[in-house]
Amino acid sequence: MIELNTHMITADKLTKQFGDFTAVDQISFDVSKGEIFGFLGANGAGKTTAMRMLCGLSLPTSGKASVNGFDVNTETEKIKRSIGYMSQKFSLYEDLTVRENMRFYGGIYGMTIPQIKLKTQYILEHLHLEKEKDTLVGSLPLGWKQKLSFSVAIFHDPSIVFLDEPTGGVDPITRREFWEMIYEAAHKGTTIFVTTHYMDEAEYCNRVCIMVDGRIEAMDTPANLKKQYESAHMEDVFLKLARKATRIAD
Amino acid sequence: MPSVVVENISKSFTAEKKKVLALGDISFDVAKGALFGVIGPDGAGKTTLFRILTTLILADKGKVEIDGFDVVKEYKDIRKRIGYMPGKFSLYQDLTVEENLEFFATIFNTTIKENYSLIKEIYQQIEPFKDRRAGKLSGGMKQKLALSCALIHRPSILFLDEPTTGVDAVSRKEFWHMLKQLQKEGITILVSTPYMDEAALCDTVALIQNGKFLSIDTPEGTVSLFKKPLWAVKSDNMYKLQQDLKQFEGMASIYPFGEYYHLSLNRDSILQEDISAYLTSKVHQGLEINPIKAGIEDVFMELMKSTDD
Amino acid sequence: MKQFIAFVKKEFYHIWRDKQTLLILFGMPIAQIMIFGFALTNEVKNAKIAILNPSKDIASATLTQRIDASRYFDVLKNLQSQSQIEAAFQEGKIKLAVIFPQDFNASLLHNNTATIQFIADASDPNIATTLTSYASAIVQDYQEEMKGANTLPYTIQTDTRMLYNPQLKGAYNFVPGVMAMILLLVCTLMTSIAIVREKERGTMEILLASPLQPIVVILAKAIPYLVLSMVNIASILLLSVFVLELPIEGSLPLLIGESILFTITSLSLGLLISSITASQQVAMMISLVGMFLPTLMFSGFMFPIESMPVPLQVISNIVPAKWYFYIVKAVMIKGLGIGAIWKETLILSGMTVFLLGLSIKKYKIRLA
Repeated sequence: MIELNTHMITADKLTKQFGDFTAVDQISFDVSKGEIFGFLGANGAGKTTAMRMLCGLSLPTSGKASVNGFDVNTETEKIKRSIGYMSQKFSLYEDLTVRENMRFYGGIYGMTIPQIKLKTQYILEHLHLEKEKDTLVGSLPLGWKQKLSFSVAIFHDPSIVFLDEPTGGVDPITRREFWEMIYEAAHKGTTIFVTTHYMDEAEYCNRVCIMVDGRIEAMDTPANLKKQYESAHMEDVFLKLARKATRIAD
Repeated sequence: MPSVVVENISKSFTAEKKKVLALGDISFDVAKGALFGVIGPDGAGKTTLFRILTTLILADKGKVEIDGFDVVKEYKDIRKRIGYMPGKFSLYQDLTVEENLEFFATIFNTTIKENYSLIKEIYQQIEPFKDRRAGKLSGGMKQKLALSCALIHRPSILFLDEPTTGVDAVSRKEFWHMLKQLQKEGITILVSTPYMDEAALCDTVALIQNGKFLSIDTPEGTVSLFKKPLWAVKSDNMYKLQQDLKQFEGMASIYPFGEYYHLSLNRDSILQEDISAYLTSKVHQGLEINPIKAGIEDVFMELMKSTDD
Repeated sequence: MKQFIAFVKKEFYHIWRDKQTLLILFGMPIAQIMIFGFALTNEVKNAKIAILNPSKDIASATLTQRIDASRYFDVLKNLQSQSQIEAAFQEGKIKLAVIFPQDFNASLLHNNTATIQFIADASDPNIATTLTSYASAIVQDYQEEMKGANTLPYTIQTDTRMLYNPQLKGAYNFVPGVMAMILLLVCTLMTSIAIVREKERGTMEILLASPLQPIVVILAKAIPYLVLSMVNIASILLLSVFVLELPIEGSLPLLIGESILFTITSLSLGLLISSITASQQVAMMISLVGMFLPTLMFSGFMFPIESMPVPLQVISNIVPAKWYFYIVKAVMIKGLGIGAIWKETLILSGMTVFLLGLSIKKYKIRLA
């Protein structure tokens, strides 16, 4: 359930410059508790840079933002502890087994052994992976890996989870099962911040923000955006906006 | 004579002492000048197939002919006439745009000038940056440069392995437009992609999963493989809608599609009113229930499930 | 041919644009020569020595004075008895002890021969050899003068004993050693990395799917590194001749010819490594562990082969660097001609032909 009055992420004129190149240009938005917030943009629009600042991996040049109540300028360590993160590239250690990976990530976030055991058991049952608990992650099919790494990203029950193109290259059924997991987490009150290249996935978000040339060009519910831009699909909305881009290089 | 003839090829790899089947008994033809799409998720066997066709690896068994030449014995003849763009961006990052193009032109015993007309439309878009190192280009520009390099010797067949993966929707659209243009030049094009929505732009589509073709047909033919009644359903509470539809008597599958759920039924006898009545009884508001025609993705999931069982 | 030139040009771009590697490639031989060279010469100046001179006659006094006067030595103390020698060394204060016999001058006059004993601390063998040879040279000089003044054929024998390391190796071993190492590094390591990088980045896929002949790829990869190695060899030789004042005794063309031969050996090794590895890291590990360590251990550069157990001596024969090292030492330091090293040259050539053939045969015309 979305709690509109509880803002888990707030960004106020958040800006990042690299030399005289402004990667992210004064973006402002709020994300409410339990919301699935879609973050879209063409390659090089500034998505990754913005996400990095919110995860406490990169400091803003100017502007303010807070994540889970912590300041991205001063409290990056606290932010890192309270969020979950998953990307298409960085997921799990391929040469560790399913259980070892969970044990490791639980340990990183300071969970106790009994907590880790309990949670591991829960996830294995939930994903029907009991038989594979001692299998090396590297030998699992891609779809399972992605589902598993999402489970690991929310292993420590973070209040916010950042997902960077989590479903790239995954088969359509697994992609949907993945979104079911996202829905379930959001339903339990986890805030989801997600980027994707699949425009139908944009429809699954409560609100979508589209970045063009480092600025937020549009931000609303998918339904309102489609109405505003007189389009049948989010893809057309995206194409209309992204074609305005003048920036070419990453 | 078809440009590509594939007869019963299989390929397995050994990983962790287990034999993993990458391709199992695949056969197909690609007519000259056709745009042939191989569509499937990562790990389905697309890259293995493309590498076999481009003479880069050998199949365990089966026969492949490219322009009438055998991939095993006459690989040298094939290598002269094909263009290949691997899945990973495979140009020299520390060479400039122009240096890359010039290098590949020379490798294929030609010059940029000789075939400029073919790549003109694509290359012109990146020409202002010809002195920039390839590594410093954006995703869309890298893709255009890679395509220019693969085309510079005017190949008779072009193999593109996942050219649009990780590329944004705008660049993807542009890219398919370029492919359509190239097709008019008489070049046979084989392209693989994980994006189901790109299937509609091909002449023939092969859906691939777990090393096997689920179907080979025109996009229209592929779509017609979906026999069950299909409905798009929407309500104000989508999460609850899904939970409820899963319990619905006669439900065959339920998958989210954009703002709707696609509900397929295992009986023709169920009417719109039946669904509506059921959902209303579950207290859903803002209900929308429409009969729809299946898309490629619906078909893919349907075929995937039926082969799994 | 055009393809070949285009490829070589591309390789030079790669090398030229990777400034860090470039700096290491050209800087390393210079740094190594300087470090080895100057660490050596600094130590040798004003080395502390002790003298035991029980005879105290004219000849021994003159020699003592001359040794002390030379810029190489600094007489720290005069010892009184044999028993003090060991103690002086153990204190670590002296590098060399010069011991005159009881009746040096008398022996020289009556028997026309006398013996001076040099005892050196050979825990650092290079310094020990240098010191004894300097000291011997001073004695030789004195002897020449005596001969000039007198018709009697005096001979002073110097009796050198090496403490701690009786199997002493020559002092200038490091120049041939550095040459062997640099050639291996540039050719084997860099060539294998250059090829494996194409595999890793995916460009090899395009090259393989093109009409390019494998032999063109191999040669075009090899040529730039051959040139690079020659530049390195030239800089090593120039430095050792002009900075370290170590002359090339033998024929320069012969030395360069042998170096080209060894370069090709190393290139073939690099090609062989690249054809069996898929990542730059593995290629680097194999080059370092598989080529570098054996070269250090078995070429005779660091450890004398003669004092190794027989099985290791046998193994050392298959290390190409051993033969190159021997050849360079013979030509550069001993001034020998092809007549003295034809056997070694033949062995090295054989190895090269074998490795080159093997690596061309192993070069894959397809992926994996």
